[in-house]
Amino acid sequence: MLDRMKRIPYHVVLAPILAVLLAMVVGSGFILTVGESPFAAYRVLLQESFGSMRGFATTLQRATPLMFTGLAVAFAFRAGLFNIGAEGQLYIGAFAAAWVGFTFTNLPKFIHLPFAILASMVGGAIWAAVSGLLKAKFGIHEVINSIMMNYIAYFLTDWLVTGPFQGSTMIPETKRVAASATLSRLMPPTRLTTALYVALLAAAIVYFIMWRTKLGYEIRAVGLNPTAAEYGGISVARITVAAMAISGALAGLAGMEQILGLNNRFIQRFSPDLGFMGVAVALLGKNHPVGIVLAAVLFGALQTGAAAMDRLTSVPRELITILQGVIIFFIAAEYLFSRFLKVKGEA
Amino acid sequence: MWDLIGLLVNTTVFAATLRMATPLLFTAVGGLFSERSGVVNIGLEGMMLIGAFTAVAVSYFTGSPWIGVLGALAAGSLMGFLHGVASIKYRANQVVSGTAINIFAGGLTVYLQRLIFKMAGVSEAVPRIVDVELPIISRIPWIGPVIGRQNPMVYLALLTVFAAHIVIFKTVWGLRLRSVGEHPGAADSVGINVYKTRYIAVTLSGALAGVGGAYLSVAHLSRFVEGMTAGRGFIALAAMIFGKWNPIGALGACLFFGYADAMQMRLQEIGIPTQFVQMMPYVLTMIALIGFIGRAVAPKASGQPYVKEG
Repeated sequence: MLDRMKRIPYHVVLAPILAVLLAMVVGSGFILTVGESPFAAYRVLLQESFGSMRGFATTLQRATPLMFTGLAVAFAFRAGLFNIGAEGQLYIGAFAAAWVGFTFTNLPKFIHLPFAILASMVGGAIWAAVSGLLKAKFGIHEVINSIMMNYIAYFLTDWLVTGPFQGSTMIPETKRVAASATLSRLMPPTRLTTALYVALLAAAIVYFIMWRTKLGYEIRAVGLNPTAAEYGGISVARITVAAMAISGALAGLAGMEQILGLNNRFIQRFSPDLGFMGVAVALLGKNHPVGIVLAAVLFGALQTGAAAMDRLTSVPRELITILQGVIIFFIAAEYLFSRFLKVKGEA
Repeated sequence: MWDLIGLLVNTTVFAATLRMATPLLFTAVGGLFSERSGVVNIGLEGMMLIGAFTAVAVSYFTGSPWIGVLGALAAGSLMGFLHGVASIKYRANQVVSGTAINIFAGGLTVYLQRLIFKMAGVSEAVPRIVDVELPIISRIPWIGPVIGRQNPMVYLALLTVFAAHIVIFKTVWGLRLRSVGEHPGAADSVGINVYKTRYIAVTLSGALAGVGGAYLSVAHLSRFVEGMTAGRGFIALAAMIFGKWNPIGALGACLFFGYADAMQMRLQEIGIPTQFVQMMPYVLTMIALIGFIGRAVAPKASGQPYVKEG
C-alpha cells in the first residue's frame, strides 16, 4: 500500500490542496470586507461541519449527491468527454425516481426502492446517451449539446410538475413518493440516508469498470487518443455513447438521492447546481473515485458550515459559493502551479 | 384564422421582441468575439449576472444608470480578462474556467447584494434608463410603434451588431481575429500576436456580456434580482451558434428567440404551455447543429489553448 502511495505523482495530490488553500486566501479577502476575522469564520465553518457527529452526518449528506455527480463527470472525462449536462441528466433521473416512487404504491420496499433507484439511472442514462449520440453521429460537441439538453430538461420537468404531475396543491411539485420507495435514515434527525452507501458502492464500481474491465480500458484509450484507439480497433462512437450513458446514470443517482432521501418528492428546480458542482468535485478529485469521495466531503463540509457561519458571524453564506467558484478556477488554471510543482517534484 | 395572425403579428409583440432580444444581442456578439478568437466562453451567463449587479450598485451610489452601464462594462471586462488569463496564459480547460465564473458570479452577486443592500432576493430600486421617442420615425405607421419608442440601449444593441459585423469582416483586426481562431499557428507565423488578439477578444466578450446584464437591471427593470439573468447567457450562446458565428446571423437568432419570449403569454392563452415556448431556442439550436437548417460549424481552433513553439 505504502509502495503504491509513493508511486502517486506529487502534483496529483499537491495541486488540489494548493487550489483549496489559495481559494481560502481569496475568501479571506471577502471575509475581511465585512470586518470579520477569516480565522474565526473558518473555525466556525469547520466546527459546524466536522465538530460533532450530527454536523459530520450533515456534511456526509451534502457530500452524497456530489459524489454521484463528481463520479458522473469524471467517468465521461476519462473518455475525453466533458459532461456539463450532468445537471439535466440529474433532473431527468430525479423525475424518473419520483414517478416510480409515487406511481407504484403497493409494492414491497425491497422491490419498490431498487426499482426507483434503477429508474433514476435509466432516466439519466437515456438523457446522456442522446448527447453521446449527437457527438458520435453528428459531431456536435458534447459541451454545446449537453448545455442545450440541460435547458430542455429544466423546462420539461418544469412542465411536468406544473402540469400533468402536479401534486394536490398549487405548489410546483409532485405528490410525495410512497414510504416503500424512500431511503432509510442512518442518523435521525439528520437526513443522512443509505444513499451514502450507494454512492460509495458506485465509486467502487466506477473504479472496477475503469481499471479492471475491457470497457474501462477502451474508455481510457479513447480518452487518451481517439485516433489511436480507432486504429486499434475500438469503436470511438460506441465508447462515446457508452461512456456518456454510464455518466448519465451516475448523474441520475444524484437526483435519486435528492428525491428518495432528501425531499421525498420532485420540487421544481430543486438542484443547487449539483451537476455543475460535479465538475468541481471531479477536477479536485483528479477524476479518481477516491479523490472524488474526498472532494465531495470537502464541498459538503463547506455547504454545511455555510449556514452556521451565516448565523454566528456577519459573513453571508454565499461566501461558500464564491469559494467553490474560486477553487474550480484555480483547478482549471492548474498550470499556474506547474512550475512550482515541477521544481518541488525534482528536488 | 385572422385572429391567430393578429395574435402572432402585431406591433406590440414586435416592440416587445426588440426589448427581449436586446440583452441577448449584446451577449451573443460578445460570445462571438471570444469564439472567433478561439476561446470558448460559457461564462457569459456569470459575466451578465455580474454586469447586472454592478450596474445597479453603481447606479445606486452615483444616481446615474449610464455610469452604471459603464461600471457593468468594466466589471464584465475584468471577468472576461480573468477567463483570458486562465485559458490563454495558464491553458486552462475553457469550459471549466467558464463554469467557475458562472458559479463564482452567482455567489458574488448575492454576497455583495447582502452587504450593500442588507437584503437577499432583490435590491432597492435604483434610477433606470428611460425610454426615448425618436422624432419623425415614431410617427410612421407600423414601424413607429415598433422601433419609434424604445429604450436607448435597444438602439445601442442594434448598433453594436452592425459595428461588430464591420469590425469582424471589414477591418484588418477582424481578419487577424478570424485567422487566430481558425489557424493560430499560421497566424503566428505571419507575425500576428495570437495571445494579445485573444486577450482583447475575450475581454471584449466580457464587456459586452456585462452590458447585456446591465440592460436587464437598469433599463428593463430598475433593480437587481438574485439570478436575474435566468439562463440568458446560455440563450445568447445558443443564438451565436444558431446565427453561425456571425453578427447578422446572431441578430436574426436573437430576434427570433426574443419573439418567442414575447409570445409566451399569448401562446399560453391559446393552450401552449410556456415551458415549451421557453424550450424552443435550445431545441432549434440543436436542430441547427444537426444540420437541418444548414450546418453550423464552429471556428476550428475554438476551445484549444495555443502554445507558441520554441
